[in-house]
Amino acid sequence: METDLGLWVIPLAIIGGAIRVSTPFLFVSLGEALTERSGRINLGLEGTLVFGAMSGYAAAYLTGSPWLGVFAAAISGAMFGLLHGLICSLPKVNDIAVGIAMMILGMGLAFYFGKPFVQPVAPNLPSIGFGWWSDVPQVRAALQVNVLFLIGAVLAVAMWWMFRSTRVGLIVRVVGDSTDAARAMGLRPALVRICATAVGGAFAGVGGAYLSLYYPGSWNEGISSGQGLMAVALVIFARWNPLACFGAALLFGGAGALGPTLQSVGVSEGYYLFFAAPYVLTLGVLIVTSSPTRAMTGAPGELSITK
Amino acid sequence: MSIPPFSRRRFLSGTAALAGATAMPQLAFADGHAPLSVGFIYVGPKDDFGYNQAHAEGAAAVKAMEGVTVVEEENVAETIDVQKSMESMINFDETKLLFPTSFGYFDPHVLETAPKHPDVRFQHAAGLWSEGMPTNVGSYFGYIGMGQYLNGITAGHATTTKKIGFVAAKPIPQVLLNINSFLLGARQVDPEITCQVIFTGEWSLAVKEAEATNALADAGCDVITCHVDGPKVVMETAAGRDAYVCGYHANQSPLAPEKYLTGAEWNWAGVYTGMVQTVLDGGTIDNFVRGGLADGFIKMSPLGPAVSDASRAQFEATKAQIMAGGFAAIKGPLNDNSGNVIAAAGEGFAEDDIALESMDYLVEGVIGSTS
Repeated sequence: METDLGLWVIPLAIIGGAIRVSTPFLFVSLGEALTERSGRINLGLEGTLVFGAMSGYAAAYLTGSPWLGVFAAAISGAMFGLLHGLICSLPKVNDIAVGIAMMILGMGLAFYFGKPFVQPVAPNLPSIGFGWWSDVPQVRAALQVNVLFLIGAVLAVAMWWMFRSTRVGLIVRVVGDSTDAARAMGLRPALVRICATAVGGAFAGVGGAYLSLYYPGSWNEGISSGQGLMAVALVIFARWNPLACFGAALLFGGAGALGPTLQSVGVSEGYYLFFAAPYVLTLGVLIVTSSPTRAMTGAPGELSITK
Repeated sequence: MSIPPFSRRRFLSGTAALAGATAMPQLAFADGHAPLSVGFIYVGPKDDFGYNQAHAEGAAAVKAMEGVTVVEEENVAETIDVQKSMESMINFDETKLLFPTSFGYFDPHVLETAPKHPDVRFQHAAGLWSEGMPTNVGSYFGYIGMGQYLNGITAGHATTTKKIGFVAAKPIPQVLLNINSFLLGARQVDPEITCQVIFTGEWSLAVKEAEATNALADAGCDVITCHVDGPKVVMETAAGRDAYVCGYHANQSPLAPEKYLTGAEWNWAGVYTGMVQTVLDGGTIDNFVRGGLADGFIKMSPLGPAVSDASRAQFEATKAQIMAGGFAAIKGPLNDNSGNVIAAAGEGFAEDDIALESMDYLVEGVIGSTS
């Protein structure tokens, strides 16, 4: 059956972990990157993620189709984003405060509506095996790539291209960098931000559906251990660049696999420390790449934290 | 903290009392005495396919009893929150019998709250009541390590790689006893078997449990069990990696019908109804209650289709020995996994030996560390 790989398990597990764990980080951070590029911060994505996980699982269970589950999660995520966007368009409303309220609302609603769906088993999303070339079962298992991961990767490239060289990307960037300039161009900043927040919410919902429909693949109230919040932080780490979001999500997923894997090869002392690896890594990268002169490079000008 | 925990419920109950007792309609019997209010507090959701569900099934049995009302609260953290929940139940629901069911509630939360309410009985699961602690506190638990020992026997027969795996939450005595028992059961079949343990550090962390299960499968473990609050993720992930699974807390066979060997389950319904009946009859529950398979505190899941005849025979024979009482899974000659002697030849710790409840070692053959 399984082959004894010795220490080769570690890099393999990091790759496997990066593929398995990164998808929710990726979708939430892409959604947040879009929202923040338009000049708003949506901290509510953790709640959207959890609600997306619940609604995706419920829809998949009720319809028997995991893809309809993903669709339902995207729609419910968009609704949350829309609500956030609309409330924040009212005068003198702070987007961060609204986001925190939305986060708690999303989790509360998900727990409330999710009760009947903890027990049933919903169909899971399919994955594609890229390990056909190997006879080693561990390699095959690590290279089981879910379709949503691939979609997320394509989405990251598409968003990067959109920001760089399309009209839509330009509009979002202008609105995010200067409300006055956007108005002078005849754009409607509030509308653009509402749309960007709604689409960002839809992404986060899909990230939640990945959690409940693929990995770990079931709905319960502890499904998210703060991935939504960490992903919001990853956006700043990735300097609002979708391609960097992809890299940051992979890094985070891979580092998260380190704790369990080290224990499995016998490095069992101090596992609490290894579990902190993703956070230590984040701190390390931030310190290494920090610079007093370009601390806010890439930050949208209208963001409430940069103003 | 010297300020007593303040809760919304407590505030409401105080103001409601001012507004007049009629504000809170009380259920009453024809002869005027109010039903006994029993409170259950869970650390997680009560339908988690695991620890909390097992307790909630016991609570459901209590709910069906005559003369009893049940109040329940789930997702209560092992912090000052549980003190607030207990105070709320006592002050607002007039609860006289409380079941705070999570290990971490005991010290300091139950021990601090109990002296303030001498007329309320606190029945804590998994704690270790000892002389000198408040007398209105009781501890009860079951020898579920024996269930993991039996799990281990089916695992020992099922494994082909001679490596079995254990996803564990925290290195507390009950978890360590389960890990050790699982391996020692398997070693009754083949003394070459080793058990890889991975601690996740929390009672419920879905993604980390899935990662731990994958890491075990990568390391070659082909039978996996766990001690986390909700074993659903471990069971589904392990079965997805083509490993056999042994259940824990509740029956998880619907999650992996082909791969499920057996499982160690709690059987709280009989225990809880018995305790509530004692209180209804005006009696006192013992401060320290333990029981095993023979006492109906725990039970085993029906054996799955993958269990061989040889495995079934050894399982049933060992189960009969345990039912007869005084069975010792931890017996000498036995060392821990860093070489210290646990028990010399001829020595052993029977299932009801109190020394097992302060276990702080992993036995030889377990790959892992308690810190």
